[in-house]
Amino acid sequence: MFMLTYRFLKPWRRNIVTFVKTWKLNFVPPFLEPILYLLALGFGLGGFIESVDGIPYAKFIAPALVSISVMNASFFECTYTSFVRMYYLKTFDAMISTPISIEEVITGELFWGATRSTIYATIMLPVLLAFGVVELPSSLLIIPFAFLGGLMFSCIAMCFTALSPTIDTLSYPSFLFITPMFLFSGTFFPMSVLPLAIQYVALAILPLAHLVIVNRALTLGIFNISLLMSLLWIILCTTIFFFVSIKLMKRRLIV
Amino acid sequence: MNIVLEAKNLEKKFSDVLAVNKINFKVKEGEVFGFLGPNGAGKTTTMKMIQCVSPKTGGDLRVFGLDVNQYPKEIKQVMGVVPQMDNLDPDFTVIGNLIQFSRYFDIPLEEAKKRANELIDYVQLNDKKDSSVDKLSGGMKRRLVLARAMINNPKLLILDEPTTGLDPQARHLIWEKLKDLSSKGITVIITTHYMEEAARLCDRLVIMDNGEILVEGKPKDLVKKYVGDHIVEAENTTEIKTCLEKNDIKYEIANESVEIYNENVSDITNLILKECVDSGVTARPATLEDVFLKLTGRKLRE
Repeated sequence: MFMLTYRFLKPWRRNIVTFVKTWKLNFVPPFLEPILYLLALGFGLGGFIESVDGIPYAKFIAPALVSISVMNASFFECTYTSFVRMYYLKTFDAMISTPISIEEVITGELFWGATRSTIYATIMLPVLLAFGVVELPSSLLIIPFAFLGGLMFSCIAMCFTALSPTIDTLSYPSFLFITPMFLFSGTFFPMSVLPLAIQYVALAILPLAHLVIVNRALTLGIFNISLLMSLLWIILCTTIFFFVSIKLMKRRLIV
Repeated sequence: MNIVLEAKNLEKKFSDVLAVNKINFKVKEGEVFGFLGPNGAGKTTTMKMIQCVSPKTGGDLRVFGLDVNQYPKEIKQVMGVVPQMDNLDPDFTVIGNLIQFSRYFDIPLEEAKKRANELIDYVQLNDKKDSSVDKLSGGMKRRLVLARAMINNPKLLILDEPTTGLDPQARHLIWEKLKDLSSKGITVIITTHYMEEAARLCDRLVIMDNGEILVEGKPKDLVKKYVGDHIVEAENTTEIKTCLEKNDIKYEIANESVEIYNENVSDITNLILKECVDSGVTARPATLEDVFLKLTGRKLRE
Protein backbone atom coordinates (compact mmCIF):
# COMPACT_ATOMS: atom_id res chain seq x y z
CA MET A 1 0.00 0.00 0.00
CA PHE A 2 1.31 3.49 -0.90
CA MET A 3 -0.13 5.99 1.56
CA LEU A 4 0.43 9.62 0.69
CA THR A 5 -1.87 12.42 1.87
CA TYR A 6 -1.54 16.07 2.93
CA ARG A 7 0.14 14.76 6.09
CA PHE A 8 3.55 14.89 4.36
CA LEU A 9 3.40 18.61 5.15
CA LYS A 10 3.87 17.82 8.85
CA PRO A 11 7.43 16.48 8.74
CA TRP A 12 8.15 19.19 6.16
CA ARG A 13 6.91 21.83 8.56
CA ARG A 14 8.89 20.34 11.45
CA ASN A 15 12.07 20.92 9.48
CA ILE A 16 11.09 24.45 8.52
CA VAL A 17 10.46 25.28 12.18
CA THR A 18 13.95 24.08 13.16
CA PHE A 19 15.53 25.82 10.14
CA VAL A 20 13.92 29.13 11.05
CA LYS A 21 15.18 28.80 14.64
CA THR A 22 18.76 29.02 13.38
CA TRP A 23 18.04 31.22 10.37
CA LYS A 24 20.98 33.56 10.86
CA LEU A 25 23.42 30.69 10.58
CA ASN A 26 21.49 29.11 7.73
CA PHE A 27 21.34 32.26 5.65
CA VAL A 28 25.08 32.91 5.66
CA PRO A 29 26.31 30.28 3.14
CA PRO A 30 23.96 31.13 0.26
CA PHE A 31 24.73 34.81 0.75
CA LEU A 32 28.47 34.53 1.15
CA GLU A 33 29.25 31.73 -1.30
CA PRO A 34 28.30 33.52 -4.52
CA ILE A 35 30.20 36.62 -3.43
CA LEU A 36 33.39 34.62 -2.76
CA TYR A 37 33.14 32.55 -5.93
CA LEU A 38 32.33 35.53 -8.12
CA LEU A 39 35.21 37.55 -6.73
CA ALA A 40 37.75 34.73 -6.88
CA LEU A 41 36.72 32.91 -10.02
CA GLY A 42 34.45 35.28 -11.90
CA PHE A 43 36.54 38.40 -11.58
CA GLY A 44 39.91 37.01 -10.36
CA LEU A 45 40.42 34.07 -12.68
CA GLY A 46 37.97 35.61 -15.14
CA GLY A 47 40.45 38.44 -15.67
CA PHE A 48 42.58 36.01 -17.66
CA ILE A 49 39.67 34.64 -19.67
CA GLU A 50 38.31 36.78 -22.45
CA SER A 51 34.97 35.05 -22.65
CA VAL A 52 33.37 31.64 -22.98
CA ASP A 53 31.35 31.28 -26.19
CA GLY A 54 31.08 35.05 -26.24
CA ILE A 55 29.87 35.27 -22.63
CA PRO A 56 31.94 37.10 -19.98
CA TYR A 57 33.34 34.54 -17.53
CA ALA A 58 31.49 35.88 -14.47
CA LYS A 59 28.20 35.65 -16.35
CA PHE A 60 29.15 32.15 -17.49
CA ILE A 61 29.68 30.79 -13.98
CA ALA A 62 26.83 32.67 -12.24
CA PRO A 63 24.16 30.08 -13.18
CA ALA A 64 26.58 27.28 -12.25
CA LEU A 65 26.96 28.80 -8.77
CA VAL A 66 23.19 28.75 -8.33
CA SER A 67 23.01 25.17 -9.60
CA ILE A 68 25.77 23.97 -7.28
CA SER A 69 24.12 25.66 -4.33
CA VAL A 70 20.77 24.07 -5.20
CA MET A 71 22.47 20.69 -5.42
CA ASN A 72 24.39 21.02 -2.16
CA ALA A 73 21.47 22.43 -0.18
CA SER A 74 19.20 19.48 -0.86
CA PHE A 75 21.78 16.71 -1.31
CA PHE A 76 23.49 17.27 2.03
CA GLU A 77 20.17 17.86 3.78
CA CYS A 78 18.76 14.54 2.59
CA THR A 79 21.96 12.59 3.20
CA TYR A 80 23.70 13.60 6.42
CA THR A 81 20.90 15.53 8.10
CA SER A 82 18.19 13.03 7.20
CA PHE A 83 20.46 10.20 8.32
CA VAL A 84 20.85 11.87 11.71
CA ARG A 85 17.09 12.29 12.02
CA MET A 86 16.48 8.73 10.92
CA TYR A 87 19.24 6.85 12.73
CA TYR A 88 20.33 8.88 15.74
CA LEU A 89 17.32 10.98 16.70
CA LYS A 90 14.71 8.36 15.69
CA THR A 91 12.50 11.22 14.53
CA PHE A 92 11.04 9.05 11.76
CA ASP A 93 10.11 6.32 14.24
CA ALA A 94 8.37 8.87 16.45
CA MET A 95 6.43 10.25 13.48
CA ILE A 96 5.23 6.90 12.17
CA SER A 97 3.78 6.08 15.58
CA THR A 98 1.29 8.87 14.80
CA PRO A 99 -1.16 8.91 11.86
CA ILE A 100 1.71 9.92 9.55
CA SER A 101 2.79 7.13 7.21
CA ILE A 102 6.38 6.34 6.27
CA GLU A 103 5.68 7.56 2.72
CA GLU A 104 4.56 10.89 4.13
CA VAL A 105 7.62 11.18 6.38
CA ILE A 106 9.99 10.61 3.47
CA THR A 107 8.04 12.84 1.10
CA GLY A 108 8.13 15.55 3.76
CA GLU A 109 11.91 15.20 3.98
CA LEU A 110 12.27 15.32 0.18
CA PHE A 111 10.09 18.41 -0.12
CA TRP A 112 11.98 20.03 2.70
CA GLY A 113 15.26 19.43 0.83
CA ALA A 114 13.69 21.06 -2.23
CA THR A 115 12.46 23.96 -0.10
CA ARG A 116 15.94 24.49 1.28
CA SER A 117 17.32 24.67 -2.26
CA THR A 118 14.64 27.20 -3.13
CA ILE A 119 15.50 29.35 -0.13
CA TYR A 120 19.18 29.26 -1.11
CA ALA A 121 18.47 30.23 -4.72
CA THR A 122 16.23 33.04 -3.49
CA ILE A 123 18.98 34.47 -1.30
CA MET A 124 21.59 34.15 -4.05
CA LEU A 125 19.59 35.89 -6.73
CA PRO A 126 19.82 39.45 -5.33
CA VAL A 127 23.56 38.99 -4.84
CA LEU A 128 24.01 37.94 -8.46
CA LEU A 129 21.78 40.83 -9.58
CA ALA A 130 23.94 43.25 -7.60
CA PHE A 131 27.01 41.99 -9.44
CA GLY A 132 25.12 42.44 -12.70
CA VAL A 133 25.80 38.89 -13.87
CA VAL A 134 22.22 37.73 -14.45
CA GLU A 135 19.45 39.05 -16.69
CA LEU A 136 15.94 40.09 -15.63
CA PRO A 137 13.14 39.07 -15.77
CA SER A 138 14.00 35.53 -16.94
CA SER A 139 16.35 35.02 -13.97
CA LEU A 140 13.39 35.15 -11.61
CA LEU A 141 12.50 31.70 -12.91
CA ILE A 142 15.55 30.17 -11.24
CA ILE A 143 13.59 30.37 -7.97
CA PRO A 144 10.74 28.01 -8.90
CA PHE A 145 13.18 25.92 -10.90
CA ALA A 146 15.34 25.55 -7.77
CA PHE A 147 12.47 23.66 -6.20
CA LEU A 148 12.41 21.09 -8.99
CA GLY A 149 16.20 20.80 -9.10
CA GLY A 150 16.32 20.54 -5.32
CA LEU A 151 13.66 17.84 -5.31
CA MET A 152 15.70 15.83 -7.81
CA PHE A 153 18.80 15.94 -5.64
CA SER A 154 16.74 15.23 -2.50
CA CYS A 155 15.37 12.07 -4.09
CA ILE A 156 18.81 10.90 -5.24
CA ALA A 157 20.29 11.70 -1.83
CA MET A 158 17.54 9.83 0.01
CA CYS A 159 18.43 6.66 -1.92
CA PHE A 160 21.99 6.87 -0.61
CA THR A 161 20.68 7.52 2.90
CA ALA A 162 18.45 4.46 2.70
CA LEU A 163 21.33 2.27 1.53
CA SER A 164 24.11 3.66 3.70
CA PRO A 165 24.97 1.33 6.60
CA THR A 166 26.53 4.12 8.67
CA ILE A 167 26.82 7.88 8.49
CA ASP A 168 30.48 7.52 7.46
CA THR A 169 29.70 5.62 4.29
CA LEU A 170 27.76 8.66 3.08
CA SER A 171 31.20 10.08 2.25
CA TYR A 172 31.32 7.82 -0.81
CA PRO A 173 28.54 9.54 -2.74
CA SER A 174 29.91 12.90 -1.62
CA PHE A 175 33.38 12.20 -3.04
CA LEU A 176 32.57 9.95 -5.95
CA PHE A 177 29.36 11.56 -7.17
CA ILE A 178 29.04 15.14 -5.97
CA THR A 179 32.65 16.32 -6.29
CA PRO A 180 33.25 15.16 -9.90
CA MET A 181 29.83 16.47 -10.84
CA PHE A 182 30.67 19.82 -9.29
CA LEU A 183 33.66 20.10 -11.65
CA PHE A 184 32.54 18.43 -14.89
CA SER A 185 28.95 19.51 -15.42
CA GLY A 186 29.68 22.55 -17.54
CA THR A 187 30.06 24.53 -14.37
CA PHE A 188 33.42 26.32 -14.67
CA PHE A 189 34.24 25.44 -18.29
CA PRO A 190 31.92 24.50 -21.14
CA MET A 191 31.30 20.79 -21.65
CA SER A 192 32.11 21.28 -25.34
CA VAL A 193 35.85 21.10 -24.54
CA LEU A 194 35.38 17.49 -23.40
CA PRO A 195 35.67 14.64 -25.95
CA LEU A 196 32.31 14.03 -27.58
CA ALA A 197 31.82 10.57 -26.07
CA ILE A 198 32.41 11.93 -22.58
CA GLN A 199 30.01 14.77 -23.25
CA TYR A 200 27.27 12.26 -24.03
CA VAL A 201 28.06 10.21 -20.93
CA ALA A 202 28.03 13.36 -18.81
CA LEU A 203 24.67 14.42 -20.21
CA ALA A 204 23.27 10.96 -19.68
CA ILE A 205 24.29 10.53 -16.05
CA LEU A 206 25.09 13.89 -14.46
CA PRO A 207 21.99 15.58 -13.04
CA LEU A 208 23.92 18.76 -12.31
CA ALA A 209 24.78 19.17 -16.01
CA HIS A 210 21.06 19.54 -16.77
CA LEU A 211 20.53 21.91 -13.88
CA VAL A 212 23.33 24.10 -15.24
CA ILE A 213 21.91 24.05 -18.79
CA VAL A 214 18.49 25.21 -17.58
CA ASN A 215 19.81 27.80 -15.14
CA ARG A 216 22.24 29.18 -17.71
CA ALA A 217 19.41 29.64 -20.19
CA LEU A 218 17.42 31.44 -17.49
CA THR A 219 20.16 33.77 -16.25
CA LEU A 220 21.28 34.67 -19.78
CA GLY A 221 17.73 34.86 -21.07
CA ILE A 222 18.54 32.61 -24.05
CA PHE A 223 16.02 29.85 -24.67
CA ASN A 224 16.55 26.87 -26.95
CA ILE A 225 15.69 23.22 -27.42
CA SER A 226 18.39 21.93 -25.06
CA LEU A 227 16.62 23.76 -22.23
CA LEU A 228 13.48 21.74 -22.89
CA MET A 229 15.38 18.46 -23.19
CA SER A 230 17.15 19.08 -19.88
CA LEU A 231 13.90 20.01 -18.20
CA LEU A 232 12.36 16.74 -19.34
CA TRP A 233 15.43 14.82 -18.20
CA ILE A 234 15.13 16.39 -14.74
CA ILE A 235 11.41 15.67 -14.45
CA LEU A 236 11.95 12.05 -15.45
CA CYS A 237 14.90 11.59 -13.11
CA THR A 238 13.00 13.18 -10.20
CA THR A 239 9.95 10.98 -10.75
CA ILE A 240 11.99 7.78 -10.85
CA PHE A 241 14.11 8.57 -7.82
CA PHE A 242 11.12 9.83 -5.84
CA PHE A 243 9.53 6.39 -5.91
CA VAL A 244 12.83 4.51 -5.62
CA SER A 245 13.87 6.51 -2.54
CA ILE A 246 10.55 5.87 -0.80
CA LYS A 247 10.72 2.19 -1.64
CA LEU A 248 14.28 1.89 -0.31
CA MET A 249 13.41 3.79 2.84
CA LYS A 250 10.39 1.60 3.47
CA ARG A 251 12.59 -1.45 3.05
CA ARG A 252 15.03 -0.06 5.58
CA LEU A 253 12.60 1.19 8.20
CA ILE A 254 9.56 -1.06 7.98
CA VAL A 255 10.51 -4.57 9.02
CA MET B 1 -16.51 -5.41 28.56
CA ASN B 2 -15.43 -4.38 25.11
CA ILE B 3 -12.52 -6.12 23.48
CA VAL B 4 -9.92 -3.49 22.53
CA LEU B 5 -7.32 -5.78 21.10
CA GLU B 6 -7.61 -9.23 19.64
CA ALA B 7 -4.95 -11.43 18.05
CA LYS B 8 -5.74 -14.72 16.36
CA ASN B 9 -2.87 -16.89 15.16
CA LEU B 10 -0.82 -13.71 14.85
CA GLU B 11 2.45 -14.38 13.11
CA LYS B 12 5.56 -12.38 12.22
CA LYS B 13 8.20 -13.93 10.07
CA PHE B 14 11.49 -12.21 9.26
CA SER B 15 13.37 -13.64 6.29
CA ASP B 16 14.32 -16.83 8.10
CA VAL B 17 13.21 -16.34 11.70
CA LEU B 18 9.74 -16.79 13.12
CA ALA B 19 9.69 -13.95 15.66
CA VAL B 20 6.05 -14.37 16.63
CA ASN B 21 4.55 -17.80 16.16
CA LYS B 22 0.75 -17.88 15.90
CA ILE B 23 -0.13 -16.22 19.17
CA ASN B 24 -3.63 -15.56 20.50
CA PHE B 25 -4.72 -13.01 23.06
CA LYS B 26 -7.52 -10.62 23.91
CA VAL B 27 -7.30 -7.38 25.84
CA LYS B 28 -10.37 -5.83 27.39
CA GLU B 29 -11.15 -2.14 27.72
CA GLY B 30 -9.52 -0.48 30.74
CA GLU B 31 -7.21 -3.40 31.46
CA VAL B 32 -3.50 -3.21 32.14
CA PHE B 33 -2.15 -6.08 30.09
CA GLY B 34 1.47 -7.19 30.30
CA PHE B 35 3.85 -8.94 27.96
CA LEU B 36 6.71 -10.65 29.77
CA GLY B 37 9.53 -12.70 28.36
CA PRO B 38 13.28 -12.94 27.99
CA ASN B 39 15.10 -10.90 25.33
CA GLY B 40 14.19 -12.13 21.88
CA ALA B 41 10.89 -13.61 23.03
CA GLY B 42 8.91 -11.56 20.50
CA LYS B 43 7.47 -8.91 22.82
CA THR B 44 8.71 -5.83 20.99
CA THR B 45 7.80 -7.35 17.62
CA THR B 46 4.27 -7.90 18.92
CA MET B 47 4.15 -4.30 20.19
CA LYS B 48 5.25 -3.02 16.80
CA MET B 49 2.54 -4.98 15.04
CA ILE B 50 -0.06 -3.52 17.42
CA GLN B 51 1.33 -0.03 16.72
CA CYS B 52 0.81 -0.66 12.99
CA VAL B 53 4.46 0.04 12.18
CA SER B 54 5.51 -3.53 11.49
CA PRO B 55 3.12 -5.41 9.23
CA LYS B 56 2.02 -8.85 10.38
CA THR B 57 2.88 -11.73 8.10
CA GLY B 58 0.04 -13.99 9.12
CA GLY B 59 -3.07 -14.35 11.24
CA ASP B 60 -5.41 -11.65 12.40
CA LEU B 61 -4.80 -8.59 14.57
CA ARG B 62 -7.54 -6.13 15.35
CA VAL B 63 -7.35 -2.96 17.42
CA PHE B 64 -10.76 -1.48 18.30
CA GLY B 65 -12.12 -4.01 15.83
CA LEU B 66 -10.02 -2.58 12.98
CA ASP B 67 -7.49 -4.60 11.02
CA VAL B 68 -3.97 -3.24 11.58
CA ASN B 69 -2.89 -3.58 7.95
CA GLN B 70 -5.98 -1.84 6.58
CA TYR B 71 -6.65 0.95 9.07
CA PRO B 72 -3.29 2.10 10.50
CA LYS B 73 -4.20 5.82 10.48
CA GLU B 74 -7.49 5.32 12.27
CA ILE B 75 -5.85 3.10 14.88
CA LYS B 76 -2.83 5.36 15.40
CA GLN B 77 -5.10 8.37 15.86
CA VAL B 78 -6.43 6.90 19.14
CA MET B 79 -3.25 5.22 20.35
CA GLY B 80 -0.33 6.51 22.43
CA VAL B 81 3.10 4.94 22.25
CA VAL B 82 6.01 4.99 24.70
CA PRO B 83 8.83 3.31 22.79
CA GLN B 84 11.69 1.35 24.29
CA MET B 85 14.20 4.04 23.31
CA ASP B 86 13.37 7.68 23.99
CA ASN B 87 12.90 9.50 20.71
CA LEU B 88 12.20 13.02 21.83
CA ASP B 89 13.08 15.77 19.40
CA PRO B 90 16.22 17.56 20.69
CA ASP B 91 15.55 20.54 18.43
CA PHE B 92 12.54 21.45 20.58
CA THR B 93 11.91 22.36 24.21
CA VAL B 94 9.85 20.25 26.59
CA ILE B 95 6.60 22.00 25.69
CA GLY B 96 7.80 22.32 22.09
CA ASN B 97 7.98 18.54 21.83
CA LEU B 98 4.36 18.23 22.89
CA ILE B 99 3.15 21.01 20.59
CA GLN B 100 5.09 19.60 17.65
CA PHE B 101 3.69 16.12 18.29
CA SER B 102 0.14 17.46 18.51
CA ARG B 103 0.48 18.68 14.92
CA TYR B 104 1.00 15.10 13.78
CA PHE B 105 -2.48 14.36 15.10
CA ASP B 106 -4.10 17.46 13.56
CA ILE B 107 -4.88 18.90 16.99
CA PRO B 108 -5.70 22.63 16.70
CA LEU B 109 -2.99 24.83 18.25
CA GLU B 110 -5.12 26.33 21.04
CA GLU B 111 -6.30 22.91 22.12
CA ALA B 112 -2.74 21.56 21.83
CA LYS B 113 -1.35 24.29 24.09
CA LYS B 114 -4.01 23.60 26.68
CA ARG B 115 -3.37 19.87 26.65
CA ALA B 116 0.42 20.29 26.62
CA ASN B 117 0.27 22.44 29.76
CA GLU B 118 -2.06 20.00 31.50
CA LEU B 119 0.19 17.08 30.62
CA ILE B 120 3.35 18.84 31.76
CA ASP B 121 1.59 19.39 35.04
CA TYR B 122 0.43 15.76 35.11
CA VAL B 123 3.97 14.36 34.73
CA GLN B 124 5.39 17.05 37.05
CA LEU B 125 7.70 18.79 34.61
CA ASN B 126 6.48 22.35 35.28
CA ASP B 127 9.95 23.59 36.18
CA LYS B 128 11.40 22.24 32.94
CA LYS B 129 8.67 23.44 30.61
CA ASP B 130 10.93 25.63 28.50
CA SER B 131 14.16 23.63 28.89
CA SER B 132 15.80 21.82 26.04
CA VAL B 133 15.19 18.07 26.26
CA ASP B 134 18.95 17.49 26.31
CA LYS B 135 18.97 18.96 29.81
CA LEU B 136 16.49 16.43 31.21
CA SER B 137 17.47 13.42 33.32
CA GLY B 138 16.54 9.91 32.18
CA GLY B 139 13.48 9.84 34.40
CA MET B 140 12.31 13.26 33.20
CA LYS B 141 12.69 12.20 29.57
CA ARG B 142 10.62 9.11 30.24
CA ARG B 143 7.89 11.22 31.85
CA LEU B 144 7.93 13.56 28.89
CA VAL B 145 7.61 10.62 26.49
CA LEU B 146 4.60 9.47 28.53
CA ALA B 147 3.10 12.95 28.33
CA ARG B 148 3.76 13.00 24.59
CA ALA B 149 1.99 9.66 24.21
CA MET B 150 -1.05 11.23 25.92
CA ILE B 151 -1.27 14.32 23.70
CA ASN B 152 -3.97 12.82 21.47
CA ASN B 153 -6.09 11.61 24.42
CA PRO B 154 -5.48 7.98 23.46
CA LYS B 155 -7.86 5.19 24.32
CA LEU B 156 -5.02 2.69 24.15
CA LEU B 157 -1.54 3.23 25.53
CA ILE B 158 1.38 1.01 24.56
CA LEU B 159 4.54 1.08 26.64
CA ASP B 160 7.64 -0.90 25.74
CA GLU B 161 9.78 -1.24 28.87
CA PRO B 162 8.70 2.13 30.25
CA THR B 163 10.74 2.01 33.47
CA THR B 164 14.02 0.44 32.33
CA GLY B 165 16.93 2.38 33.80
CA LEU B 166 14.84 4.62 36.07
CA ASP B 167 15.45 5.28 39.74
CA PRO B 168 12.81 4.03 42.21
CA GLN B 169 11.21 7.47 42.56
CA ALA B 170 10.72 7.89 38.84
CA ARG B 171 9.52 4.30 38.53
CA HIS B 172 6.89 4.78 41.22
CA LEU B 173 5.67 7.95 39.57
CA ILE B 174 5.23 6.11 36.24
CA TRP B 175 3.38 3.28 38.00
CA GLU B 176 1.10 5.75 39.74
CA LYS B 177 0.30 7.45 36.43
CA LEU B 178 -0.39 4.18 34.67
CA LYS B 179 -2.74 3.05 37.46
CA ASP B 180 -4.48 6.40 37.24
CA LEU B 181 -4.86 6.23 33.48
CA SER B 182 -6.17 2.71 33.67
CA SER B 183 -8.74 3.78 36.27
CA LYS B 184 -9.93 6.38 33.77
CA GLY B 185 -10.74 3.62 31.30
CA ILE B 186 -7.62 3.78 29.17
CA THR B 187 -6.38 0.38 28.12
CA VAL B 188 -2.69 -0.06 28.85
CA ILE B 189 -0.35 -2.56 27.23
CA ILE B 190 3.07 -2.88 28.74
CA THR B 191 6.21 -4.96 28.28
CA THR B 192 8.67 -5.23 31.10
CA HIS B 193 11.58 -7.22 32.50
CA TYR B 194 10.66 -6.31 36.04
CA MET B 195 8.46 -8.97 37.57
CA GLU B 196 7.59 -6.86 40.55
CA GLU B 197 6.36 -4.17 38.19
CA ALA B 198 4.27 -6.65 36.24
CA ALA B 199 2.81 -8.16 39.41
CA ARG B 200 1.86 -4.73 40.72
CA LEU B 201 0.53 -3.17 37.56
CA CYS B 202 -0.96 -5.84 35.34
CA ASP B 203 -4.51 -7.05 35.61
CA ARG B 204 -3.53 -9.87 33.30
CA LEU B 205 -0.34 -10.82 31.53
CA VAL B 206 1.23 -13.31 29.19
CA ILE B 207 4.70 -14.81 29.41
CA MET B 208 6.29 -15.26 26.00
CA ASP B 209 9.31 -17.21 24.91
CA ASN B 210 10.63 -18.06 21.43
CA GLY B 211 7.75 -16.24 19.77
CA GLU B 212 5.08 -18.18 21.63
CA ILE B 213 2.81 -17.42 24.57
CA LEU B 214 3.58 -19.89 27.35
CA VAL B 215 0.93 -18.85 29.84
CA GLU B 216 -1.74 -16.21 30.30
CA GLY B 217 -3.55 -15.07 33.41
CA LYS B 218 -3.72 -12.83 36.46
CA PRO B 219 -0.32 -12.47 38.19
CA LYS B 220 -1.56 -13.97 41.48
CA ASP B 221 -3.28 -16.89 39.79
CA LEU B 222 -0.15 -17.68 37.79
CA VAL B 223 1.99 -17.72 40.90
CA LYS B 224 -0.48 -19.98 42.67
CA LYS B 225 -0.86 -22.29 39.72
CA TYR B 226 2.79 -22.72 38.72
CA VAL B 227 4.72 -22.29 41.95
CA GLY B 228 2.33 -22.25 44.88
CA ASP B 229 2.18 -19.79 47.76
CA HIS B 230 5.63 -20.26 49.21
CA ILE B 231 9.10 -21.43 48.33
CA VAL B 232 11.59 -23.06 50.62
CA GLU B 233 15.22 -22.48 49.70
CA ALA B 234 18.32 -24.29 50.86
CA GLU B 235 21.93 -24.40 49.79
CA ASN B 236 22.74 -26.38 46.69
CA THR B 237 24.98 -29.10 48.15
CA THR B 238 25.16 -32.83 47.45
CA GLU B 239 24.47 -33.46 51.09
CA ILE B 240 21.17 -31.61 51.02
CA LYS B 241 20.14 -33.07 47.70
CA THR B 242 20.69 -36.68 48.86
CA CYS B 243 18.83 -35.89 52.05
CA LEU B 244 15.87 -34.41 50.13
CA GLU B 245 15.78 -37.41 47.81
CA LYS B 246 15.87 -39.77 50.77
CA ASN B 247 12.84 -38.00 52.25
CA ASP B 248 11.07 -38.04 48.90
CA ILE B 249 10.92 -34.24 48.56
CA LYS B 250 10.83 -32.83 45.03
CA TYR B 251 13.18 -29.89 44.44
CA GLU B 252 14.45 -27.73 41.62
CA ILE B 253 17.95 -26.46 41.17
CA ALA B 254 18.34 -22.70 40.95
CA ASN B 255 22.07 -22.08 40.56
CA GLU B 256 23.42 -21.64 44.09
CA SER B 257 20.33 -22.98 45.82
CA VAL B 258 17.71 -25.68 45.66
CA GLU B 259 14.06 -24.64 45.72
CA ILE B 260 11.16 -26.63 47.02
CA TYR B 261 7.65 -25.72 45.94
CA ASN B 262 5.25 -27.12 48.52
CA GLU B 263 2.00 -26.30 50.24
CA ASN B 264 3.22 -27.07 53.75
CA VAL B 265 6.00 -24.58 54.22
CA SER B 266 6.58 -25.00 57.91
CA ASP B 267 6.49 -28.81 57.75
CA ILE B 268 9.06 -28.89 54.97
CA THR B 269 11.28 -26.31 56.62
CA ASN B 270 11.20 -28.15 59.90
CA LEU B 271 11.83 -31.47 58.19
CA ILE B 272 14.88 -30.15 56.36
CA LEU B 273 16.23 -28.53 59.51
CA LYS B 274 15.74 -31.73 61.45
CA GLU B 275 16.93 -34.26 58.88
CA CYS B 276 19.38 -32.44 56.60
CA VAL B 277 21.06 -29.25 57.78
CA ASP B 278 21.22 -26.99 60.81
CA SER B 279 20.88 -23.65 59.07
CA GLY B 280 20.66 -21.88 55.72
CA VAL B 281 17.03 -22.74 55.05
CA THR B 282 14.62 -19.95 54.18
CA ALA B 283 10.95 -19.85 53.39
CA ARG B 284 9.55 -16.92 51.39
CA PRO B 285 6.39 -16.07 49.47
CA ALA B 286 6.50 -17.19 45.84
CA THR B 287 6.68 -14.42 43.24
CA LEU B 288 6.06 -13.91 39.56
CA GLU B 289 9.81 -14.10 39.07
CA ASP B 290 9.71 -17.73 40.22
CA VAL B 291 7.02 -18.47 37.65
CA PHE B 292 8.99 -16.67 34.97
CA LEU B 293 12.22 -18.55 35.68
CA LYS B 294 10.43 -21.85 36.00
CA LEU B 295 8.77 -21.42 32.62
CA THR B 296 11.55 -19.80 30.62
CA GLY B 297 14.53 -21.47 32.28
CA ARG B 298 17.65 -20.00 33.76
CA LYS B 299 19.82 -20.04 30.68
CA LEU B 300 21.12 -16.60 29.69
CA ARG B 301 19.60 -14.99 26.60
CA GLU B 302 21.60 -12.97 24.14
